[in-house]
Amino acid sequence: MKSIKVTAALVAVGVLALAGCGSSSSASSSKGTVNVVGFSTMEQPNQKEFAAFNATTAGKGVKLQGAYGASGTERDAVLGGQPADEVHLSLEPDVAKLVTAGKVAKDWDQNSTHGICTNTIVTFGVKSGNPKHITSWDDLLKPGVQIVTPDPGSSGSAKWNLLAAYGAYLQETGSAAGAAADMKKFLGNVVAWPSSGRDATTAFENGTGDVVLSYENEIIQARAAGQSIDYVDPSTSLLIENPCAVTTGASKAATDFLDYQKSAAGQKVYVSTGFRPLPSVNVGSVGTVQGAMDPSNPFPTITHLLTIDKDFGGWATADSKYFDETNGILTKLKAAYSK
Amino acid sequence: MSARRLNRGAGLGLGIAMIWFSLLVLLPLAAIIVKAAGGGASTFGHILTESETRDALLLTVKVSILVTVLNMVLGTLIAWELVRGKATGARGAGRVAEWVWGKVRVVIDLVIDIPFALPTIVAGLVLLSLYGPHSPLGLHWAPTTQKAILVAIAFVTLPFVVRTVQPVLEELDTDVEDAAASLGAGRLTILRRIVLPALLPAIFAGASLSFARGLSEYGSLVLLSSNSPHRTETVSVRLFAFIEQSNTASAAALATILLVVALLAIVVLDLVQRRVASHE
Repeated sequence: MKSIKVTAALVAVGVLALAGCGSSSSASSSKGTVNVVGFSTMEQPNQKEFAAFNATTAGKGVKLQGAYGASGTERDAVLGGQPADEVHLSLEPDVAKLVTAGKVAKDWDQNSTHGICTNTIVTFGVKSGNPKHITSWDDLLKPGVQIVTPDPGSSGSAKWNLLAAYGAYLQETGSAAGAAADMKKFLGNVVAWPSSGRDATTAFENGTGDVVLSYENEIIQARAAGQSIDYVDPSTSLLIENPCAVTTGASKAATDFLDYQKSAAGQKVYVSTGFRPLPSVNVGSVGTVQGAMDPSNPFPTITHLLTIDKDFGGWATADSKYFDETNGILTKLKAAYSK
Repeated sequence: MSARRLNRGAGLGLGIAMIWFSLLVLLPLAAIIVKAAGGGASTFGHILTESETRDALLLTVKVSILVTVLNMVLGTLIAWELVRGKATGARGAGRVAEWVWGKVRVVIDLVIDIPFALPTIVAGLVLLSLYGPHSPLGLHWAPTTQKAILVAIAFVTLPFVVRTVQPVLEELDTDVEDAAASLGAGRLTILRRIVLPALLPAIFAGASLSFARGLSEYGSLVLLSSNSPHRTETVSVRLFAFIEQSNTASAAALATILLVVALLAIVVLDLVQRRVASHE
């Protein structure tokens, strides 16, 4: 009997102690700290961006802290209470979920860049010297060409890649049936569906596949870091637009940082890491970009540059139309034709 | 007086153990099951009828069973060589051979835990360079074949049976074996009637750990497997996809199914072990 009482008391004490831990650790971050929660690609570019912001008058003395992971994972982390003053995610539906939960203001995209902080395009990463001469979306359909692309199921950022492929085939064939027929061949050539863009690049660097569908900035970054990988910008591609927003109740320092990211100076820093400058921001000459195929002309114009709003009706429509778990056009094609 | 003190001590121990166990294990488990139950029976039905998830589950269970059987045999063999290897391996081969074998054994004994210590993503990367398209061994298994998954799971689960069997073998008194030998029992008989029965509980304990670990392996497969639906997609990757899609109800349901499979396996292994033991 006694032992039961002791046990019960002990359990109670333990639980109380833990409850105490919980409440004491949730103290709010100090005024001068900005927690930036970003999708994985942003980790290295943001180190430069943070340093550049700290060198400005507005950014002096502001402590910037980054937390990075897959876009969906970071979205869920913020929903789950991870401290975030600014979010910088891969695609808009992730921010939309934060808006629904009241973490981000409804009018987050009512500004000059429509809520976008960085943009790049879908490109083909190929082996050094492009031994298989892959230059167009049609080349990806040839028998024996092995494609690596992240899984849109587990990586939100991979949705850009598949949409680019579908959009390109749609444009070439002019019909949904034609695009579906091309997608069938395309999906049959996919040899690996890694869980994230980063995993896809790593798998490719280690010999998997002939071509990896990737973000232009990711490959420029990998090349700048010394990886022997080339890339080819196809004549039809999709503009990848990554949204950013401050969270509700964020400090002035957070808003200042967001403004800096969208300024010409902030964009130039991102450009130096491989991102294309935002069309709405005039950065002047982009200069040379280390890691680009042609560093002096780093961002050749894409003949047919598709955008999510113009060609796919915006993410709110496109996400369910193409990627709905059961009825999405691309979900169904992938289930039917991927090997 | 002494009895009361003992009671209090026992109560304290039990209290600490229960809090620790509850917070660490029972609470998360309960949360998963509650979450899964919240989705209702339809979520379970949906998951099991969806061919991609079903294939992922079947593949994972199949590979885990294969690897577990492999580990039971090879893990026991490795443990045997580590503990008794000296006596059989270098018999009559002279002192130098014995010395060399002693050193080799020390190295193997250290290295065997590497699969535990190595971050699994690194293991995946290393295995990809060995069994991938650039394989120096000429084995192009990764990332498109199920063999690659088997290799990865075998790699990360190798230490389980070795490390459960090894200490039992070390404690096993050779007197009984000597007695049996002196009474005319052959080596096979000694192995079957005396050594194996003593090792069985350890082998099966290692087997259940290894099976459970195989079911849940994720890290090493991220790079090593192509995650192609119906072919090389394992259940943990499928689960991750559910989580990324914010489909937590399906994720919880699938996790619950995995828990049930692991529990079933542990029960089955336990029953088999009792069965085998009672036949001896």
